[in-house]
Amino acid sequence: MKKTFMVATAGVLLVAAFIIAAFLYNTQKANDLSNTAYQNAEFLVRDYSPTKGDPGAKVTIIEFFDPACETCRVFYPFVEQLMEANSGQVNLVLRYTPLHDGSDYVVRILEAARLQGKFWETLEAVFTSQPAWASHGQPQPEKLWMYLGRTGLDIEKARKDMRSPEITDRIRQDISDARQLKVSKTPGFFVNGKPLVQFGYEQLQALVESEVRNQY
Amino acid sequence: MKEPVFGQPAADGQSAWVLIFACWLLASSATLGSLFFSEVMGILPCVLCWYQRIFMYPLVVILLAGMFPLDRNVVRYALPIAVIGWGFAVYHYFLYRGYIPEGLQPCGQGVSCTEINLELFGFITIPMLSILTYTTLIALLSAFLKRTHR
Repeated sequence: MKKTFMVATAGVLLVAAFIIAAFLYNTQKANDLSNTAYQNAEFLVRDYSPTKGDPGAKVTIIEFFDPACETCRVFYPFVEQLMEANSGQVNLVLRYTPLHDGSDYVVRILEAARLQGKFWETLEAVFTSQPAWASHGQPQPEKLWMYLGRTGLDIEKARKDMRSPEITDRIRQDISDARQLKVSKTPGFFVNGKPLVQFGYEQLQALVESEVRNQY
Repeated sequence: MKEPVFGQPAADGQSAWVLIFACWLLASSATLGSLFFSEVMGILPCVLCWYQRIFMYPLVVILLAGMFPLDRNVVRYALPIAVIGWGFAVYHYFLYRGYIPEGLQPCGQGVSCTEINLELFGFITIPMLSILTYTTLIALLSAFLKRTHR
């Protein structure tokens, strides 16, 4: 009986130590992330970054995303909903974080589409067709072209434009900014410069809503 | 000499039990610690770390089962597992220190086994923790073996 008690106590203590340590570590990390974002605020948005929504909105969601990332795809409609729910008060800035193989190819297509004013339509198509071109074992980003017909994109022109060295610079800049801001996973969100520390729908919604309340 | 009956405590069961209890504490701490590194701190385990985990995690269950009631045969199952895990730990440590060259590998998204991801207090590394834990486990289990299987 005494032994059972000892082992049970030890087990509970070990697990409790784990939970407390995790809590302390996460609190510390959240502080660090906020400080990093605060100190590196100039890395959050670049003048070339794609923007959606009312430019005068006082709340800006900044999303570091990877076109091949499933969670980014799943989150995208949710982010749109958040903007609709707070119409005119929230806008969105996208930053590229091509972490997967083949993602940079898709970012190039997106940038080429932007020259034709078709960025958001193309992004929609990129996410819808993601399962077809972004398999993790064997990504085939060239397959994406087949799904871009309906966007009205001038494919010939896009194929030419996507090789521009300016796009290479932008991708490099975005990746370097992500690193400065300690975004190591996608999607990485900031709302008015505040990082989303605990990842999740509710958490993002809460962060956006608290900023809307602060600003309006 | 009387054959031991399965599940029956050995003659000097009390101190022998404490040895297994100590091993269990150690294995549990190592398990939770490694999970803390990967799940909380987000340090991805390299391949060799995984092999060491594979031989550490079952010890938590096997040792616990062997404590209630004390089964002196628990050492027959736990010791071989610990020795194999120790082998991986030694190999990893030598690789880490550069005593064994790591073959040239193409760059990939995997985690290198020689990269130093964490240094507690400036000198304690994860492979060092692993080798210390496995060595202590083997020492304790050997002491248990000596005491119970004469």
